[in-house]
Formats: sequence, C-alpha cells, structure tokens
Amino acid sequence: MFYREAGEFSTTYKDDSQTFPIKFDRWRYYFVLFVAVFVIPFMVNDYWVNSIFLPFLIYAIAAIGLNILVGYCGQVSLGTGGFMAVGAYACYKLMTSFPDVSMFVHVIIAGAITAVVGVLFGLPSLRIKGFYLAVATLAAQFFLVWLFNRVPWFYNYSASGQINAPERDTFGVLITGPNTEAWAAYLFCVVFTIVSAVIARNLTRGSVGRKWMAIRDMDIAAEIIGVNPLTAKLSAFAISSFFVGVSGALFFSVYLGAVEVGEVFGINKSFLVLFMIIIGGLGSIFGSFAGAAFLVLLPVALKVVGVDWLGWPTDIVAHLQLVIVGALIIVFLIAEPHGIAQLWRVAKEKLRLWPFPH
Amino acid sequence: MSEAFLYTVEVFLNGLMAGVLYALVALGFVLIYKASGIFNFAQGVMALFAAMTLVGFQNGQVPFAHLINATFGLHVTTFGWNLHSTVAVFLTVLVMIALAWAVQRFVFRHLVGQEPIILFMATIGLAYFLEGVADLMWGSEIKTLDLCWAVGACLPQGGNLWIEQATEGLGGEGFYGFFIDSLDIVAALVAMVLVAALVAFAQYTKQGRAMRAVADDHQAALSVGVSLNFIWILVWSLAGFVALVAGIMWGAKSGVQFSLSLIALKALPVLMLGGFTSIPGAIVGGLIIGVGEKLFEFLIGAPFLGGATENWFAYMLALVFLVFRPQGLFGEKIIERV
Repeated sequence: MFYREAGEFSTTYKDDSQTFPIKFDRWRYYFVLFVAVFVIPFMVNDYWVNSIFLPFLIYAIAAIGLNILVGYCGQVSLGTGGFMAVGAYACYKLMTSFPDVSMFVHVIIAGAITAVVGVLFGLPSLRIKGFYLAVATLAAQFFLVWLFNRVPWFYNYSASGQINAPERDTFGVLITGPNTEAWAAYLFCVVFTIVSAVIARNLTRGSVGRKWMAIRDMDIAAEIIGVNPLTAKLSAFAISSFFVGVSGALFFSVYLGAVEVGEVFGINKSFLVLFMIIIGGLGSIFGSFAGAAFLVLLPVALKVVGVDWLGWPTDIVAHLQLVIVGALIIVFLIAEPHGIAQLWRVAKEKLRLWPFPH
Repeated sequence: MSEAFLYTVEVFLNGLMAGVLYALVALGFVLIYKASGIFNFAQGVMALFAAMTLVGFQNGQVPFAHLINATFGLHVTTFGWNLHSTVAVFLTVLVMIALAWAVQRFVFRHLVGQEPIILFMATIGLAYFLEGVADLMWGSEIKTLDLCWAVGACLPQGGNLWIEQATEGLGGEGFYGFFIDSLDIVAALVAMVLVAALVAFAQYTKQGRAMRAVADDHQAALSVGVSLNFIWILVWSLAGFVALVAGIMWGAKSGVQFSLSLIALKALPVLMLGGFTSIPGAIVGGLIIGVGEKLFEFLIGAPFLGGATENWFAYMLALVFLVFRPQGLFGEKIIERV
C-alpha cells in the first residue's frame, strides 16, 4: 500500500539513478540512520555496546570488504583474519608512534596499509583462480599471523607478545582504552560503518563494480570485451583489504583493547566472515549487514536459550553452535544461495504488489 | 661424513615421513575431486570424526553422553565394555559409509549442477557441522589412540631402535644414529599399500571403471547406465575410509584432538603442488611439502627467522609454485573457453 513506485516521477537523471528509488525505502533508510546516530547512543549501556553493537558494526565492515572481493569480484579469499591482523597491528604501531593524532586518521591509514598488503597477496590472482586462489590466500593468513607473532617490532617488544590499546581520543573524546564511554565507542564505529557502506554501495553500482561483476561472471569473456583483469582484480583486492583493515583496526583498538594475534585473528576469523557473507548474501551490501547481525546474534541467543534457560554447560552450547552454523550454511546454499538478502528482495517484491499476489 | 650433513639427512628422512602422512590426507581429497568435482574441505574433519568414533567405540563410550546428562540429569558415561580394535574399526567403517550416504542424500544431491565454488563452501559448512557433531558425540577432550589387533601387537610408538643402531657408526662421537618414528614407517607402508590398492581398484574393477567414467563426464556416464548416486556414495565412503586411516595414523602420533582437522589445511598445498586430479601427484606433492618444510625450518627457519615457519612454508611454496605452473605438477592442463 505504501511501498510502491506509483506516483513517483523522476525528472532528472540523478533522481532516476538513486540508491533507493522508492520513497518509502528512502524514508526508512533515513529513519534507520537517525536512530543509529541520534537515538541509540543515548540509550545504550556497556553490555549492549560490547556484546552486540560493536561486534555487529565491526563485522559488518569486514563483511562488506570480503563481499566486494568474493561476492562482487568472485575471488574467494580465506585470508580475512590475516588482513584484519594487518589493520590491527598497523593501527597499534600508529597509535604508539603518533599519540597526538586523532584516531580517525589512524584507522584510515591502517586501512590503507592493509590495502597495500592485500594487493601484494592479490597478485597471484592474476594467474590462478577458484580453489587454487582460496588456498593461496591461506598463505596470507598463516604467514601474516606468524609474522606478527614472531617479529617483536610489531608488538613493541612487549613481554607477553600481546598488543594493548593505549588511551587515544578523537575531537577530545576518549575512544580507546578502559575508560572509554560506551556511547563514544559506539558512535565512532557507527560512523565508520555508515561511511563504508555508502562508499561500497556506490562503488559496486558504478563502473568499477560492473567491471568486478564481469570478472566474477567469466573473466575471459570480460577480458575480451575490454575489462582489464589486472586493474579490476587488484582494485577489488585493494578496496576489500582496505575495509577489512579498517575493521581489524577497530576490532583491536575499540572493541577488544588487547589482542593476541593467533587467537583473535586466526583462521576461524576468516571462516566466520566468509560465513557472514554466505548467509547474508553474496554480492549484496545489505546482505553483509544481515549476515553480520545474524552471526553476532546467534551465539548470544544460543547462550540465553542453552545456558540460562535449559541449564546446559557452556561447552555443549559452543559445540551446538558449530553444528547449527554448519547446518545453516548448507541449508542456505541449497535453499537460497543468495542468502538473507534474497529473502529480503522477495519480501519487498511481495510488498510492492500487496494485497495482490501477482 | 660431517655431523651437520648427517643431521640434515635425518631431517630429510623425517620430512619424507611427514610428507607421507600429508599425502594420506591429500588422497581423500583427490578421490572425491576426481569423481565429483567437489573440493572436499571437510576431509580433515572427517579424519578427526573417524578417529574420535574409533576411540569412542573402543572405550565403549555412550554417544552424546554429555548432552544426555545435561538434559536429563543422568550420569551415563560408558557402556562398560571395551571393544576389540578390529570390531571397532569395522564399526567405524560402517559409520563412515553411513556418513557418506547422508552427505550424498542430504547435501550434494541438492547441489548438483551448482558452481564448484558453491560446492566448496558447502563442504566448509559440512566441516563445521561434523566438528560440532563429533564434539557433542564423544566430548572434546584430547584422547589417546592405541590400536591393537592382537595381544602385544599394537601400533608402534617411539623411535625405531633398529635404524638408530644401524646408523650409529656413520657419525662421530656425539652422533647416536638417525631418529625415525616407527609409527611413521608403518604409516609410509600403509600409505603405499593404500595407494596401490586404490589405483588397482580404479583401473581393474567394474566399479572403479564406473568411477573414472563419472569423473570424465557425468552425463555421458549417466547415459551408459552408471548410477551417479551409487558412485558418489562409493567415492565418499572410500574417502571416509582414507580419512579413517589418516585419522588413526595422526591420532596415534599426536593424540585425537581438534588440531587433527587442521592437517586438512596442510593437505591443500600438497594438492596444489601435485595437481588436484592425480593420485601420484598427491604422493609426490606430500613428499615435497614434507621434506621442504622440515628442511626449511632446520636450515633457515629456526636459525634465522625465529622458528615455527612450518605454519606457512607449505602455503608459500605452493603459492610461488602455482604462479609458474597453475595446474600443479601432474594436473590436467587447464583450458578455458568463453
């Protein structure tokens, strides 16, 4: 009834090509932004921020990054954990070397450094593809984690081998360290998430994104019609790694505060983010959010149901979580290979025609 | 002969033995990939699952005991019997066949005709699922695996004394002969027998021929009356059996625990070196990786790079290698058309 394009007349090309062509969608989008920026920061407490909002926002950035690489450009990567570690360690080195610079700058530069590393490990993608590339990215995962574990310069020669986020601020408000207010950490991450999503969305529907999708659908055919595989693949690696690096930097500095690289950025992190985009939807920015929300909320929900209601020990719940996540991956790949994003699209299509079925 | 050289030879020999174990896991991959085009990421978890099931049967553990106890407030742990190893192995093989059937029936039958990368991701999901089920069924603590087929005839443990004594005279005063794990030697022998048996099966039996036909062309095989379903269950069962053997060897070596499933990750560069479609390739690739990473750690990694280079050396080697030869050593040449 409300959700349809009837009565909307676009008079300029700009109107015609906007992200949300339907008025209801547009308002919903503004409403979500308004709630995220102006309402939630005043309502949250430490628990909500640390167990739900921060992981969701940060994983969403990582999922957007990986989705650009896997979902849009078709280059499967299992090195996400390693690239997040690059972001985290770059951010740490910057934070300790330049204490007076704003955290915004640190996080963005950390992302840029990760982009450079990502391009380096993306070079083999010009020769190899498919599983071969997936396995090749494992080299990045294991090598980077080993590097940060073994070279003391990266963790400033600390005795424990851990990195700890010192207290740093932006615009005079503390962002990292133990004395950070919940709302400040939340707001800092929400800004990064929104900006990342807007950039990613506009990149993927522009000429760059179309080149990526051409490469994904068939790289030889794309090459023949004039897409340069070198720039297309490497730009996908660079931009994807940039977002992953930003999320790694935030994950370490704002969310965890202290990181032991093998534990936090191990191979399981790579799989987690990959699962997010499979469940959420390959090749969809909304899907990255949906997948991140799903896999952040699932353990919380399982814990509430299993531990608090049924009284199971935590290890059973942890194992059950593996079973459920694994089964869900298979179910989604069989029933809906395009993930939650496709369910959302179908729902919107139904809504557009409602109350009529066709 | 100088001592440094002898130590290098020892490292080389141990690398060969480790390579055989990698090759054992890689074999399972090749079998499934050849017959169905599925790149089975869950192979390592299948090895873990098989080894855990074997230990569980041996000790007479009640499956899902932990879950049952937590739900109903009971205290069951074991049935109170210890099965003979032969019976336990037989039962485990049955379980792996049932698993093969279930995987085929509930997962891959629904994914026929999907892109290879989708199938690959499905096997990652399968790996998570199996790992969770294995932990729920048998508990996640580290278990020891002792396989005895008769009284006093068990899988050997520790270094091989005979080799140690035979080679003691080679070096100087401080050299005590080569230290080589007896278990590794057994594993190498088992691997050789297994490979010979698999090659013979694929070449000379009716089912083996059908398997190769399916690998060549699904539709052509279907049209001459080969049952795809049966062949796929057969192949997954074979892969399950190979996983069981690999699980026994690795489990006896380092205990049955989660890290077993990470060996699958090590088998990936082995495959990339050898080529996905070649059984001899898996063996040669395994040996190259095993020797390469041990020698690199011994000669360069430990003295100059701070050690633990075994974690990434195999992947880097495969990465560099693939840039020059994308199909691996023995793989079929990749031809792409629009």
